[in-house]
Amino acid sequence: MLRFVLRRVALVLPSLAGLLVVTFLLIHAVPSDPAVAMAGDAATPEQIERLRKQYGLDRPIWEQFAVYLGKVATLDLGESAFTRRPVARDIVQRLPATLELTFCALALSVFIGVPLGVMAGLKHNTWPDYLLRVFSVLGIAVAAFWFAIMLQLLFSMQLGWLPLRGELDVSIARPTRVTGFLLLDCLIAGRLDAFADAARHLVLPAVTLSLGGLATIVRFTRAGVLDTLQHDFVFYERAMGYRRLRLIWIYVLRNSVTATVTQIGLLFGGLIAGGVVVEAIFDWPGIGSYTVQAILTGDRQVMLAVTLLVGTVYAGVNILVDVVHGLLDPRLMERT
Amino acid sequence: MIPILRKLGRDLPAMLGLGIVLVVLVIAILGPLLAPYPEDAAAAHLLRRLKPPSAAFPFGTDNLGRDIFSRVILGARGALSIALTVVSTAMAIGVPLGLIAGYRGGWLSETIMRVTDVVLAIPQLVLALALAQLMSPSIESAMLALSLTYWPFFTRIVYAETRRLSASLFVDALRGIGASTPRIVFLHILPNAISPVIVRATIGLGFTILVAAVLGFLGMGATPPAPDWGLAIAESRTYLPRAWWYATFPGLAILITVMGFNLLGDGLRDIVDPRLRRSR
Repeated sequence: MLRFVLRRVALVLPSLAGLLVVTFLLIHAVPSDPAVAMAGDAATPEQIERLRKQYGLDRPIWEQFAVYLGKVATLDLGESAFTRRPVARDIVQRLPATLELTFCALALSVFIGVPLGVMAGLKHNTWPDYLLRVFSVLGIAVAAFWFAIMLQLLFSMQLGWLPLRGELDVSIARPTRVTGFLLLDCLIAGRLDAFADAARHLVLPAVTLSLGGLATIVRFTRAGVLDTLQHDFVFYERAMGYRRLRLIWIYVLRNSVTATVTQIGLLFGGLIAGGVVVEAIFDWPGIGSYTVQAILTGDRQVMLAVTLLVGTVYAGVNILVDVVHGLLDPRLMERT
Repeated sequence: MIPILRKLGRDLPAMLGLGIVLVVLVIAILGPLLAPYPEDAAAAHLLRRLKPPSAAFPFGTDNLGRDIFSRVILGARGALSIALTVVSTAMAIGVPLGLIAGYRGGWLSETIMRVTDVVLAIPQLVLALALAQLMSPSIESAMLALSLTYWPFFTRIVYAETRRLSASLFVDALRGIGASTPRIVFLHILPNAISPVIVRATIGLGFTILVAAVLGFLGMGATPPAPDWGLAIAESRTYLPRAWWYATFPGLAILITVMGFNLLGDGLRDIVDPRLRRSR
């Protein structure tokens, strides 16, 4: 088991090294001179030269790369040109909000998507199956930012059932920050009113973000179940008189979800990327709205730090997916 | 070609997809002729601002009094040309690299595939945003950023196919009778490896329309007054909830177009690769 995990980690290392090179090249291989960009339009050549010295841009490129590596290793991601604060600190402050949203969306996709997918597989070629297939086609094709606006229009502006934006109403005092996860912090502080309000704020962004994933999971679970049902062991177990529920939810499901697990891993990357737009629309104070702010203000340090962060998280999730695969199908572990 | 079409004809969702794609294509080509107010690509009529849908303006009018129905029609050309440019550029980079990596082996192959892995290790939207932001925001930067982040998908597919094919008997036979490497690769391996590439490209067209709409929405793609679907949705946000039609119809246009390409792509995949059959 440990060897299996370590091997997976080792396989990801080249990608991480490549990620460092890519982010480094993004600063240095672009046509515009970073010093000129930083100094602004009205800068004199002397000012630009000084900036170039200050940021080490006059030194050979491999030397700059070494400096960059050292900085990343000590988690020094530079300073945001917009907030004038260290990027690493901004990220630490905003990451919990993003993770909270991402996990809720992922949980929605999985806990609704897997049962629906199993149902579609069992009721194959009946109207619930057709309905779910139409849904899964639409769910992948819909633009998340548009869907978010439609939800806001209906549930916040017309019906007034759910809040429009933000993660907590302004009239409610924030609980003291312990973990950074708002829902958890509310519970720790024993503030059920704030918890309920935070949960209400979470609904629309989480639903928007989960939609694409939900559609993908329904689709892959359905295909997996259809495939598993063809196997002889299902006939055998049915003949042996296993209870239908037990047969389906334990034996069939376990053999059907391998492809789904891969998809969940891929989805995680999609959720982080999709979160960029969804957070911006709902004013969610996470990494996504930070990224959009960086785009609008031309804040390069932040863009690079976010790219680095997302790439690293993605690599971590891929390792996790492989390990879960190994647990679902122990034959994979023996092969390595 | 004919048997493929016949199989496609039996697949109802795929035919629906093909229908949508053809309609969008016609709209994109004939746009200015079909739109009731073709001058609304740029004109402004402040007297008829934000009118709800009616017989004269089926989708209503926007904040500058422009007919949204016309602008949705006119937007098809932009969306399709971005998608076609991005996907064909990505193919032009990705397919040759995949052929080289798959046929040659050795350090060159390793290098190409590791670079592919790295680019695939970052979600496309995030990398495209970072790239587009480093260049000055314009529709060209957006297209370049999307192409530079999409080619690895093609490289990986072509690599796998080429590896499989270059070990096959007919390639051995070709080598035996002294065929040159370019001849083997381009005349014999490429045609055999092209089907999954076409499937990927079809789905990629829909996907690119979606991502390009996000870039437009964030103000990193088309610039006003271009009749871009994503941009229109971004502009509409100021006028909600009053002008619900302003945001709704451009979004539906994106949804239907992307769905068309996805359905067609899924249908083609079922034909090309029966192992991955999505529905039995």
